[in-house]
Amino acid sequence: MVETQTALKTRMEVKNLNFYYGSTQALKNINMPIYDRKVTALIGPSGCGKTTLLRCLNRMHDLYPNNRYEGDILLDGESIFNMDVIDLRSKVGMVFQKPTPFPMSIFDNVAFGLRLKGIKGTELKDRVEKALKDAALWDEVKDRLKDSAFSLSGGQQQRLCIARAIAVEPEVLLFDEPTSALDPISTAKIEELIVELKRKITIVIVTHNMQQAARISDYTGFMYLGELIEFNPTEKIFTKPDEKLTEDYVTGRFG
Amino acid sequence: MEQVAEVQKSLREIKTRGEFLERFLKLSLGFWALFAGLLFPILAGVILLYEARLAIEKFGFIHFLTYTNWDPVQEDFGAATMIFGTVVSTLLSMLIAAPVAIGIAIFITELAPNWFKPIVSTAVELLAAIPSIIYGLWGFFILAPIMATKVEPWLQDKLGDVPLIGKLFQGAPTGVDVLTTSLVLSIMIIPFMAAVVRDAFNMVPPIMKESAYGLGATKWEVIRQVVIPYTASGIAGGLILSAGRALGETMAVTFLAGNNPQIPKSLLEPFTTITVALANQFTEADTDVYLSALYYAGLLLYLVSFTMLGIAKFMVLRLEKRWKT
Repeated sequence: MVETQTALKTRMEVKNLNFYYGSTQALKNINMPIYDRKVTALIGPSGCGKTTLLRCLNRMHDLYPNNRYEGDILLDGESIFNMDVIDLRSKVGMVFQKPTPFPMSIFDNVAFGLRLKGIKGTELKDRVEKALKDAALWDEVKDRLKDSAFSLSGGQQQRLCIARAIAVEPEVLLFDEPTSALDPISTAKIEELIVELKRKITIVIVTHNMQQAARISDYTGFMYLGELIEFNPTEKIFTKPDEKLTEDYVTGRFG
Repeated sequence: MEQVAEVQKSLREIKTRGEFLERFLKLSLGFWALFAGLLFPILAGVILLYEARLAIEKFGFIHFLTYTNWDPVQEDFGAATMIFGTVVSTLLSMLIAAPVAIGIAIFITELAPNWFKPIVSTAVELLAAIPSIIYGLWGFFILAPIMATKVEPWLQDKLGDVPLIGKLFQGAPTGVDVLTTSLVLSIMIIPFMAAVVRDAFNMVPPIMKESAYGLGATKWEVIRQVVIPYTASGIAGGLILSAGRALGETMAVTFLAGNNPQIPKSLLEPFTTITVALANQFTEADTDVYLSALYYAGLLLYLVSFTMLGIAKFMVLRLEKRWKT
């Protein structure tokens, strides 16, 4: 870790962010860097705002009325609130708690985002294949690309969703508890995959599972009641955190 | 000891009384559920079949279905004209209603601002509360004259010379014809169709849509490529459910069809449907065979609507099952 720290580059930056659902304040003055090609984990008890923060990063909250942001989030130095939201979301992809395959074939699922960008023909085929290989799913599905995506198992479906998300070559990929609906073996595969993916993509992951955060992340943010209590390298968070609250949480004294 | 025995006895009694009540409720409510859900439709079918037996014997099945003559004087009956009318007006009304209803459902679920959603939703639902005779009166006195003087001449002018389609717009525009009937029918079924399709759209889990938005899809791309394919069987179910209603609609159609027992050559000719024939002729049916032939026509309508509703229900169930997990 020491040698990489010198080359740290900030990919996204959350600055003085407040977020409101109607009149309820869900995030309170969040300041946090998201480092390039690192895995950043967000942990904390239920309702602490970690998913809310994650969904700010690609402005998913814009889909619903009465949501309000204050402060700023930068992507490569540019405010995401000044960017075209469609453009932003193709740069900042997302994978959800449950697998969400679209009602179409395996191939068409991965091709979905590429087709939206107008990619066709052999390039489309090549990029679908590449995405499936990167998501470690290619060997399992190469003979049945035309089958419905629903024919896959839960773990495979989730890897399909990851393939779909990385096919459009996002700069940042957001994971919202991606393994909460999966068995341990599928979970292990997804974790392996996330570690593999960080070579090319910046990753932010929300997780309920502290061991998972400890296993796969480089940096961890601990949140509580809408505030970011502590942000530090994962090792530090789990061994000698700066804050008493963090220590209580990671040692299982509450949460 | 005696007291204990007494208490035990009364406890037993309470228990048996409770059991009795439970069994009574189960039986009586079960009976009504069974009656409404199963016995009544079967009973209706059996009565129709029984009353139609004379005509079934005399005219057979295929003959009755394909024969176009309906002659009470000679007691020579075939239902082809009214079956044709029922099927064509239903199909045409669905053709008009489906895009409008799907559009309304998309607007309500995806596009309308939140405060406006319940207003549109309620307004559309209220359309269903208008009695069908009002639709009939409105169609006959307001819409038909407009169709006859404005819309139909315009259609004839624009489409009359087009090959194939032109044939559909021949004849003197009277406003009392297939086109006007189907138009009014479509307005009547839109609320049902829109409501079922809207409910189907609402069943799409938010994270499904978010996944598509997360890939940089626009609202329209999400609707077209995720929401609609996802709910295809629900949409189909909604369409067929409404078709069932159009098939059985009587009052409005009686006003607008013109009760002409002939197969119309164009959309601008008067025609008849099974329901129109039944409504108009039951009081006039003075012979057993005549009455029986009307029952026979009713039986056919019953079978068609029953089958269509069955298919619709099956499709909606399949959709629900797919997303329950």
